[in-house]
Amino acid sequence: MAKIITRYGDGTPLEMSESELMRDLEAGTQDAAERGRIPVLSKEELAHLNEIFSLPYNFVSVEPGNEVVLTYDAGTLKIRRVGVNVDRIQALQIYEKIMGADTMELCHVDYSFKPIKPIVTMEQPILEQALLSTHVPLFYGAMPNLGTYTQPDGPFPNPSELMPMGDIKGARASYDATVEEAVKDIVYAARAMYASGADGINLDTVGAAGEADFKASLMAAAILKKEFPDICIEVGMAGEFILGMHGEMEWEGARLAGMYPHEQVKLAEKAGVTIFGPVVNTNTSESSPWNLSRAITFMKACCDVATIPIHVNMGMGVGAVTVNDHPPVDVVSRASKAMVEICQLDGL
Amino acid sequence: MRAAGDLVARMQMARGMKIAEAKTYVADKLKISVSELTDPVIMAEVREDLQIGQIMPLPGCAKGIEAKFRQAAVLDLDINCVQRFKDRTMI
Repeated sequence: MAKIITRYGDGTPLEMSESELMRDLEAGTQDAAERGRIPVLSKEELAHLNEIFSLPYNFVSVEPGNEVVLTYDAGTLKIRRVGVNVDRIQALQIYEKIMGADTMELCHVDYSFKPIKPIVTMEQPILEQALLSTHVPLFYGAMPNLGTYTQPDGPFPNPSELMPMGDIKGARASYDATVEEAVKDIVYAARAMYASGADGINLDTVGAAGEADFKASLMAAAILKKEFPDICIEVGMAGEFILGMHGEMEWEGARLAGMYPHEQVKLAEKAGVTIFGPVVNTNTSESSPWNLSRAITFMKACCDVATIPIHVNMGMGVGAVTVNDHPPVDVVSRASKAMVEICQLDGL
Repeated sequence: MRAAGDLVARMQMARGMKIAEAKTYVADKLKISVSELTDPVIMAEVREDLQIGQIMPLPGCAKGIEAKFRQAAVLDLDINCVQRFKDRTMI
């Protein structure tokens, strides 16, 4: 019996037998199907995943012609995070010329729209100068991050403090108030960066603070799309389902709590979002085959119903990529190959 | 940018095209096949010929915003910063 060399979701190396591999692939798709009420992967698709994990190579790839494009979140932030001391325009040039990036995103280290608002006039000239010297499409991006609107970081009472005191009504009112303010900030900053020439606006880590976060992003996207019909808006999610912090929040008649990617994308389309970036979280104590089979099941259901381009989030801790700051290429390349070949997606 | 990914991405961003449609559109505009879009050797020549920006620009080649003017023309596409440049310089 051949041994399969793979990893756990935290990156720890793992050796599996062929039967263990198939068992985890089946369990992963079953878990996603039950949670999302979506179809399990077919026998052929599971066999394809089995084949990908059985390849003896460290790095694997798609067949020529099946390549997809890449968009990035927080690009100019990440180059500082790893300790490379260059300014942001240099970071963009490094990404496009040295790393061959298809697109890039300019962002601030305080990566939320709320703190961007008062300094947006300092951000605009950076983008304008970057656009003169770069070639690839440039996004300007930040997070809705509704957590910054509640005390002690913001003006509104903290729902996480009100809930344990039984003040459900007060907590919900606070969430509603944060949505209103966040929409103003997102639209204000996005409008300014678009006026400076941005090719697109990226709303990143959407839903991190629950359904209020998602609702604010949808509302802001709808306003921006109505005002600028040609604007490109990418929405990248924070997690695989919308956390029900409020519980009853709706947008366009749809209850947001508990939505999975195949449901989220339909609202994104309705809001006028151009590119949607769904997420599936990685479980650190399960194997990579389990995680990938599960992620592919969710993403395939999303891609099957989407009419807009889908760029699945494939990074540390999402898209079956390991929860580790140094994602191993064997897992990253296998997950990317499987996503492209089975989900027929449009980018990563 | 080593091949044509930036151009394909532009079509997704500007027109909401899915990947297959975007690749076909760009290949048609560049007058090459879809499979050649990801060939860095062929695309280096195409990019130099069309002056749409290249990894290693020769002296006198269109660079930065100059190359994006060319990209807009080749792809028959409005590029936001190109339009803003025209407005600001009264071109």
